[in-house]
Amino acid sequence: MSPVASPVTTVTAWGAAAAVVDPEMPMLTLADLGVLREVAVDGRRVEVTLTPTYSGCPALATMRDDVVRSLARAGWDDVAVRVRLDPPWSTDDITPAGHAALRAAGVSPPGPRTVHDGPVPLSLGPVRRAVACPRCGALGAALVSEFGPTACTAVYRCGDCLEPFEHVKEH
Amino acid sequence: MSHDLEELDESVCDGLLVDSEGWAFGGSFEDPLAGVDLTVPDGVDPVALARTCLALGDDALVLGHRLSEWCSRAPDLEEDVALANMALDLLGQARLLLTRAAAADPSVVPALPEGSPAPAEDALAYFRDAQDFRCHRLVEVAGGDFGRTVARLLLCSTVRLAACDRFRSHPDPVLAAIAAKAVPELTYHRDWSARWCVVLAHGTEESRRRLVTGLEDVWPLHHEHAAAYDVGQAVDAVLDQVLGAAGLERPARGPRLGGGLGGGPGGGHTEALSLLLAEMQSVARAHPRGRW
Repeated sequence: MSPVASPVTTVTAWGAAAAVVDPEMPMLTLADLGVLREVAVDGRRVEVTLTPTYSGCPALATMRDDVVRSLARAGWDDVAVRVRLDPPWSTDDITPAGHAALRAAGVSPPGPRTVHDGPVPLSLGPVRRAVACPRCGALGAALVSEFGPTACTAVYRCGDCLEPFEHVKEH
Repeated sequence: MSHDLEELDESVCDGLLVDSEGWAFGGSFEDPLAGVDLTVPDGVDPVALARTCLALGDDALVLGHRLSEWCSRAPDLEEDVALANMALDLLGQARLLLTRAAAADPSVVPALPEGSPAPAEDALAYFRDAQDFRCHRLVEVAGGDFGRTVARLLLCSTVRLAACDRFRSHPDPVLAAIAAKAVPELTYHRDWSARWCVVLAHGTEESRRRLVTGLEDVWPLHHEHAAAYDVGQAVDAVLDQVLGAAGLERPARGPRLGGGLGGGPGGGHTEALSLLLAEMQSVARAHPRGRW
């Protein structure tokens, strides 16, 4: 017997999957992060399609388990999680709500990626990003480290309020 | 206050280390291509496709292992994390590619002892002997010091990026998607190693000496790697740009011929591969059923 009394729909299944948070950046839901590609309901069965952020992202397995758990709590027992690689995820897939959630958590959201035609250009200079301090909004933060508490963030220090903060790197 | 060891075992380690099926870290594997349509399209030779995926996958697996040897040993914490993350990118690419190879041509997967729960990607990684690996000698040789690590990674990532950029339009949509996913990762690997080349070359006499020596050491193995993916021209242009910025000449040494063990795509493997595999595969081979 299903624990859910009301009729279950694709919308409720989407909601249960979309509410799962990223294990490394818990201020972002999977929907905010842009990795939730599809939720399809067929009778009592739900098929959720996720896309990995990086090829080797260890968080994907946790996301899959969390999606299954969240859907089970919403009354869905028969859940399959599929992978879709194409088109590849990029930080451009983080939604405006995701950007707002990052800022609210004191994390600077990624800027738009540079798109290029032809062969990938080599970049020999230091990485330059237009980063605004998520606390005071000042520009001109200094890069402290290309790697933060998670590999996908860099650490900056605001030149104005002097607070350190994470920036989600464009990828 | 002393904890009873048995009690500790019951509370934490039981659930964490061995699940009900007895396989360490869980009995159900995460299939990196779960739900992806793995049918080989008409007009694509599955055997050739598997061979291409194995070459790309084995290069990634072995180079990823070499980079991971820097964990906790890099010159500073930031570079330690950078090297570990590039190793992780390559491991992720290897998992996808080995899984794709096994689905395209199941005959490449070695037979495992009865009862082994290892999926095809693990069977390929841990239960093949050196002569069945299709990686290139450039990824196999020992990493040496930081100069040599940077030089080798520049050559490897430049070739791999050009190859994956080309494989984005491969007629197999799975390989094309794996390659497209790898491109931004490899762009970072190439930028990272190219910048370090310039920094080391213009640093101290000692840093320049180490970079030059490292580049000369690995250069003879570069040609077979670039030729195997047919990307020589695109690669030359990038390498000239890096060497120019570093104020370095192209090493004069020609390609190294032949190979030790035979079987590799470039005409052989190095002894270093056997030693690397002995370490990488020892646990899986000692416990093929995943129980101890």
